[in-house]
Amino acid sequence: MKNLNKSTQKLISTIAVIFVLYLAMSIMQATGNLSSLMSGLLVPVCAYSLVAVALNLCVGYLGELSLGHAGFMCIGAFTSALFSKTFQGIIPDVPRFILALLLGTFFAALFGFLIAIPVLRLSGDYLAIVTLAFGEIIKNVINAIYVGVDSKGLHFTLKDMMSLGLEPGGTILINGPQGITGTPRQSNFTLAVLLLIIALIVTFNFVNSRTGRAVKAIRDNQIAAETVGLPITKYKLTAFTISAAIAGVGGVIYAHNINSLTATTNNFGYNMSIMILVYVVLGGIGNFSGSVVAAVVLTMLPELLRGLSNYRMLIYSIVLIGLMLFNWAPSILRFREEHGITSQAILGKLKKKKEVQ
Amino acid sequence: MGFLTYLINGMSLGSVYALIALGYTMVYGIAKMLNFAHGDVIMIGAYLVFMCMSNAGMPAIVSIGIAIVCCTAIGIIIEKIAYKPLRRATNLAVLITAIGVSYFLQNMALLIFGSNPVSFTSVVKWQGIELADGQLKITGNAIVTIVTCLVIMFALMWFVKNTKPGQAMRAVSEDKDAAVLMGINVNATISLTFAIGSGLAAIAGALLCSAYPSLNPYTGSMPGIKAFTAAVFGGIGSIPGALIGGLLLGVIEILAKAYISSQLADAIVFAVLIIVLLVKPTGILGKQIKEKV
Amino acid sequence: MALLEVTNLGISFGGLRAVDEFNLTIDEGELYGLIGPNGAGKTTVFNMLTGIYKPTDGKIFLGGTDITGKKTAEINKAGIARTFQNIRLFGDQSVLDNVKIGLHNSFEYGTATGIFRLPKYFTVEKQMDEKALSILSVFNLDKDADVLASNLPYGKQRQLEIARALATKPKLLLLDEPAAGMNPNETKDLMDTIALIRKEFGVTILLIEHDMKLVSGICEKLTVLNFGRVLSQGVTTEVLNDPEVIKAYLGE
Repeated sequence: MKNLNKSTQKLISTIAVIFVLYLAMSIMQATGNLSSLMSGLLVPVCAYSLVAVALNLCVGYLGELSLGHAGFMCIGAFTSALFSKTFQGIIPDVPRFILALLLGTFFAALFGFLIAIPVLRLSGDYLAIVTLAFGEIIKNVINAIYVGVDSKGLHFTLKDMMSLGLEPGGTILINGPQGITGTPRQSNFTLAVLLLIIALIVTFNFVNSRTGRAVKAIRDNQIAAETVGLPITKYKLTAFTISAAIAGVGGVIYAHNINSLTATTNNFGYNMSIMILVYVVLGGIGNFSGSVVAAVVLTMLPELLRGLSNYRMLIYSIVLIGLMLFNWAPSILRFREEHGITSQAILGKLKKKKEVQ
Repeated sequence: MGFLTYLINGMSLGSVYALIALGYTMVYGIAKMLNFAHGDVIMIGAYLVFMCMSNAGMPAIVSIGIAIVCCTAIGIIIEKIAYKPLRRATNLAVLITAIGVSYFLQNMALLIFGSNPVSFTSVVKWQGIELADGQLKITGNAIVTIVTCLVIMFALMWFVKNTKPGQAMRAVSEDKDAAVLMGINVNATISLTFAIGSGLAAIAGALLCSAYPSLNPYTGSMPGIKAFTAAVFGGIGSIPGALIGGLLLGVIEILAKAYISSQLADAIVFAVLIIVLLVKPTGILGKQIKEKV
Repeated sequence: MALLEVTNLGISFGGLRAVDEFNLTIDEGELYGLIGPNGAGKTTVFNMLTGIYKPTDGKIFLGGTDITGKKTAEINKAGIARTFQNIRLFGDQSVLDNVKIGLHNSFEYGTATGIFRLPKYFTVEKQMDEKALSILSVFNLDKDADVLASNLPYGKQRQLEIARALATKPKLLLLDEPAAGMNPNETKDLMDTIALIRKEFGVTILLIEHDMKLVSGICEKLTVLNFGRVLSQGVTTEVLNDPEVIKAYLGE
């Protein structure tokens, strides 16, 4: 029972911190104290945080490294944007967005489920490379899709715009590599934060439920989990599907914040998957709040370093390597131990609290 | 004849993949890590060759030689600074560090060489041969690439099998702790592996850019990912596996581009990888490892 | 009636015949020992009984039902639970959660109920906590309920593994070298624990052990394996005096 309370406490404090940050940012934005660059990043940061929380569920609790979560984000983004664009002017804004959100989440979950069936038979680095491959396939196929609509209905091709054979009055919905343009910009900071908080509650509750315990048991020791009667495949699929669905929510938020949605290596390819993985590892594997913090800090960091212009990404990479060595290298950890520079010492108060419990 | 031309082009591209895959596979076999920065060492190698040839006017062979020496040094330095301290840490920590190194190399290149692509001059001057009354053209590039790859591959297989450092490499990849007890210098062996992999990356960079002459700071990353796929395809840790995986991947990519769709070629390559792994979970030549209960 | 009936069980790994013509009958309520030199195939038998290895030949019946070749999780549901020679706990979870995972199939609520914390979540979780604590108290582990399993001392880890296995309500409990790595005092405690769980849980036990004091002290019947074959089988005192068995253990 104590255990349960502890995790609930952590959830509440995380939500409180997010809420305070949200208020601060909103006030700064309203009073014009936030640079346009920063304010443009608010919604994407929430989208990245959502995907990072999703990936952390997969890496930290399912115990499987996925390098393809940008693919699920991509599916959520494109299905929802396609829906919103198609039904623009047909369904009122609010219900349309809710439907788009549900649809994007559903399709991301569906693809997550379908991909997980073969993928979860593999393990370790092989699983990682196959998820990377799936992510690339999703990105690639979306870049090759052309969808248009005219009075005769929907047209679809994998060739080029001309092969769609649209009537003169028809609209192109997905234009191959040019993607979708003119998605209604319906996501805003408030909505994004709200969805992020919901996602945090969902994941926290999930990992502390009966199913979540089973998933953690499978991660800790699959053979022992089998001998206590846990259906391995079922729970692995469940966790992976939930993870994909949350990444899909991130995609929906992302897609409804920009005018033209394209699938490039940087926003939906392995580069994005890797960037999200960096958030997860730096924020702490299995630590959802940490993922959000890392996503916020690391997205803002290059922007804060903008004054250094060309050097900023170089500094970013050096900081990343330095942080990894500082946190993981056994020799540095020993040095920190000997000189009292442990994370416990740094977060001294936290440790005291733990000891009391 | 069209098919034969595509096949040869595919083998040529596949040979480059195989050379890059070697770097992944050897490092994975010995250090059990995915060296995400390997693709960027290729890019650095290609830039070095470009600078020596186009800016300093050196002959191709000398330029490649300089690039090999520099990349070997870069490989060793990266290993010493970024990976060696993490030798006993979790795989994920090493992976993220490798990603950091990859960002570092890309942005370093961006600062030095700028983001505009440069036009790479082929290191092969030979025009190639024409067969069947000019219906079948094989470029000098393709021939040199395939031959270089085969020679290196067999030399490496011989090296690993028959020399003392090669045997040390095999021992370290089997069991690092046991290798230490046998008096093998594990650190030196790992450095040697990085050195060989990075040296080969320089050659791969020169050959890759001879075939696809546009060179920019991100040139290495996609071929890097694909070559890594090739290594997994063939069975990661296996040198002949890298050759088979690389060649298959190159041929599939070129044939898919020619006969199915150039847009979907990459998707098809990755789909084949997935199918192979589902049928044979450790790749074509990979060893099956079972957990002991 | 026989609880476990094993006939002509055999398994080959490649060309190696690890276990051959293995027969075993265990009656309900018995405490049965499986002994033999290292590498005789004892753990392999356990792995076949729990479905981790699929036997090449032979049949396994539990309470009259054929469970040969079934999946490990199915076999657990049918009524066989086990521990491992090299302890396999869920190390990153608390002692309480380890037992609650053992209770997984006895208490139900769906994934959605858990995510949205519907009322059923709270009632079932409470029942699970109570049940888990009651099992832990048998092993005097209830005070350590919130400790991470991997932080427990070795002896307690072995006990927790037994507690977790018992949580799945098995008819037959397989213990793989429960006294391995224990000092004589701990071994004595273990013997008491085994006696206690027979009484409390009414479970039939098959155990692998090298500690002859423990084997002769608590096992009613024995089977001796050597090179994958049954060397001797029967009542403990008779088996231990079998010249073949003495030869296998002490050499000629």
